[in-house]
Amino acid sequence: MPEWLRVILFIIFVLSFAGLNAAYLVWCERKGAGHIQRRIGPKEVGPFGLLQPLADGAKLMSKQLFLPKGVDPILFMVAPLMVMVPAIMSFCVIPFSETFVAREINLGLLMIFAFASVNVLGLLLGSWGSANKYALIAGARCVSQNVAYEIPMLITTITMVMVTNTMNLNEIVRSQAGWFIHWHIFRLDMSLLMPVSFLIFFVCSLAETNRAPFDMAEAESELIAGAYTEYPGMGFGVFFMGEYANIVIGCALTAILFLGGWQAPIPLNFGGFLGVLWGMSWFFLKLYALIFTVIWIRWTYPRTQFYELLNLSWKVLIPISLFNLILTALQIKIFPWL
Amino acid sequence: MLLAKIKEALQSLYEDIGDAAEIPAAADAVAAAATAAAPEAETLPEEATPEGEESKEEEVEETAAADAPAAAPPGPKETDYAAKGYHLDVELKPEKIPAAADILYRENFFIESITGVDWIDEQQLEAVYDFNHFDELCRVVIRTRTDRNNPEVPTISHIYQGANWHERETHDFFGIKFSGHPNLEPLLLPEDADFHPLLKDFKA
Amino acid sequence: MNGTLQQDVNQETFTLNLGPQHPATHGVLRVKLVMDGEYIVEAEPVLGYIHRMHEKMGENRTWAKFLPNCGRMDYLSALSYNHGYVAAVERAAKIEVPERAEYIRVITVELNRISSHLLWFGAFVLDLGGFTPLLYAFDDREFILDLLESVTGSRLTYCYFRFGGVYNDIDDAFIAGTREFIKKQRKRMPMYDALVTKNIILIKRLKEIGPISKDMARRYGATGPVARGSGINYDVRKHEPYSVYPELDFDIPVYEEGDSMARYMVRMDEIEQSMRIIEQALDKLPEGEIKPKKAVKMVKPEKGDYYHAVEAARGSFGVRLVSDGKNQAYRLKLRSPTYSNLSLYGEATKGMLLPDALALMGSLDLVIPEIDR
Repeated sequence: MPEWLRVILFIIFVLSFAGLNAAYLVWCERKGAGHIQRRIGPKEVGPFGLLQPLADGAKLMSKQLFLPKGVDPILFMVAPLMVMVPAIMSFCVIPFSETFVAREINLGLLMIFAFASVNVLGLLLGSWGSANKYALIAGARCVSQNVAYEIPMLITTITMVMVTNTMNLNEIVRSQAGWFIHWHIFRLDMSLLMPVSFLIFFVCSLAETNRAPFDMAEAESELIAGAYTEYPGMGFGVFFMGEYANIVIGCALTAILFLGGWQAPIPLNFGGFLGVLWGMSWFFLKLYALIFTVIWIRWTYPRTQFYELLNLSWKVLIPISLFNLILTALQIKIFPWL
Repeated sequence: MLLAKIKEALQSLYEDIGDAAEIPAAADAVAAAATAAAPEAETLPEEATPEGEESKEEEVEETAAADAPAAAPPGPKETDYAAKGYHLDVELKPEKIPAAADILYRENFFIESITGVDWIDEQQLEAVYDFNHFDELCRVVIRTRTDRNNPEVPTISHIYQGANWHERETHDFFGIKFSGHPNLEPLLLPEDADFHPLLKDFKA
Repeated sequence: MNGTLQQDVNQETFTLNLGPQHPATHGVLRVKLVMDGEYIVEAEPVLGYIHRMHEKMGENRTWAKFLPNCGRMDYLSALSYNHGYVAAVERAAKIEVPERAEYIRVITVELNRISSHLLWFGAFVLDLGGFTPLLYAFDDREFILDLLESVTGSRLTYCYFRFGGVYNDIDDAFIAGTREFIKKQRKRMPMYDALVTKNIILIKRLKEIGPISKDMARRYGATGPVARGSGINYDVRKHEPYSVYPELDFDIPVYEEGDSMARYMVRMDEIEQSMRIIEQALDKLPEGEIKPKKAVKMVKPEKGDYYHAVEAARGSFGVRLVSDGKNQAYRLKLRSPTYSNLSLYGEATKGMLLPDALALMGSLDLVIPEIDR
């Protein structure tokens, strides 16, 4: 397959995946919330309410793009895109299967983190441009939250890079081949605190994507809709898609780093097209299991208080992840045969 | 026990009434109550009318029924709790209200509500304060009457902070000015309201 | 506009209008906040958005015609308001109530109290960002609403009590349904305990947040669960017994801490106590009339003023009647508990963070139509 065709196909795939995924994650979330709350959830539009996302999308798109008085029009319009676009860009390096990856680059991990940091800038600009006090509070919260949680997340990532010796996501997955005990989360021989690393990384990705119980940017019972307060129609819709795309990125990274990405739990691999399907199905299984956990947490727990959130990061996660880093480094250098 | 104590404490508010001479010595309970109620020195025409007198008479008889003595001196009156729902009925001059609230405050009473009654026939506005006690059942009602055309009662919001809103509400509905109140602006009514809907002559 | 809120332009504070359309105020309440970052410098509630002047309506219609108004103030525990009003009029007009009617009143009022607390529970956790308990609480509450609908004819704005009795007798189906509800609810409470009360996030958000001292409660006249959460053992049902409460055995949950958690625990414990009351009342329910033998046609209380207080779900609800002997009130004062409970909000929230202040507001259990009347 020529390179240009591959890239075009991948752009189509990534865009449609990000869009559909966001739409159907909303449906999943509503269905999931419904079952957790002992009700049915969407059921009117189409079978099992499966066409509900289309109806929602049509509603959002047909709404007037209204600019409230006093907003900064450029920042206001650009902000949703700044949340959405980097999230989609990150999909380019995610290995859905061994061969099903747009660009296998050596610094894939670094690229995802670089793009993920733009997300918070988008939220901040949107909340600043909204000329709304609630949005501004949410923006300020969002920045301090993201700064606080990026640190333990990155330290944990460094730990992982140390044990795998690569930043290439596909290489990281390949290094977990074999039985499921070769997945990094079970590799205590690589780093004693591997499950802890997994937990820290998952919690941080929850916080980075502003999901409950850390949804300080939205906090609807405190800040109305937080940073999104003034956004009408599709402006809000794009924010929303960006948020869901970020959740997918966060969960995908967790799956790749710790749960073996597209590796099956048994040492069984196929070649060709079947291999692509085999790898993708395992990857998506892990991905959606993690996403379900995220949804589950959201509909079970109340929201944390903001200073508790920061305390958790600065007083608990950062020291533990630093300790973990040093321990892993020692383990690699002093007991390299392990 | 608390009742007797508080009754005695409130009685002291009657003793230093400077113009004691104005209270007719001969009087029966009716006149005494009526005079104590009326703002001093102002003899309102309505008060002399038979109707006003009559309505007064019945009311006082009602409250005094449990207490028996016909010629009660001015002071806190114990009432029949089962019939009325409160224990002590205290009628004071407006300027004595903060002192009374202070006495109750020191006895650990809490404030239930403040409200007004428009006695249009007598051209008077009555402010009614309800106090209650957390530990012992003792409901004290303090009431004061003021001129309907220029109603003014000193505030007690510096003693009971909770009175702040009750006084604002009473000002909204009756126009009673609580002098010394920090922020006597409409609370339940619109902020530009200049009417007092619970006055009997209010027409929407 | 408001004298007490003066903003110095040189200081780094800003004014934030919380409401009148805000998810956490549960209605049209507005709180003017002067904020320093996320810290509250000053908070002043602005009331009256749904003020309907029920007290004036009381002066314009006969005693009986005011009955439907009682269900439209505290729409979550409307029967307590019914009870307070009819009890006050009965005291004034010296109307005897048959014992069976009193028992029915207690049973329905306590059911209504449970439904009110359940709704509060759900809405409070929703304020804290937890969605799911609201739906569970509504599920339970639905059971009560069905029960009460079968006997009162309405689901929310009850007008069930009459002077001297109640409108409708309860039947065996109601009694069986109530017992079944209690059985079911007793099984549900441990689930709420595990899901919500013992949740570490919830505990961290409520413990030592929004303290209300005994003294503050007294100065502002706070009653009900707010006072009981501050260590004040005050419940009108025990303190000033009315109806058949003296014949029933129940406890008053009191917590000393005065924080939001204490108020939360008081209400959760009260659900159990109300169920105890209902069980005993059902056991003791006597046979007999539910209305006086001679129908009460024209209520004309004697001249004078009367007071009667009952324990509504949110605190002490008092009715002060001034009668001039006619068939309608000369003056009808309704003492609403949350009006007093909310008045301490400005003092209690000084220096607090916004989310904590909203947790405090939720723990006061506000029903705006009752505050504005």
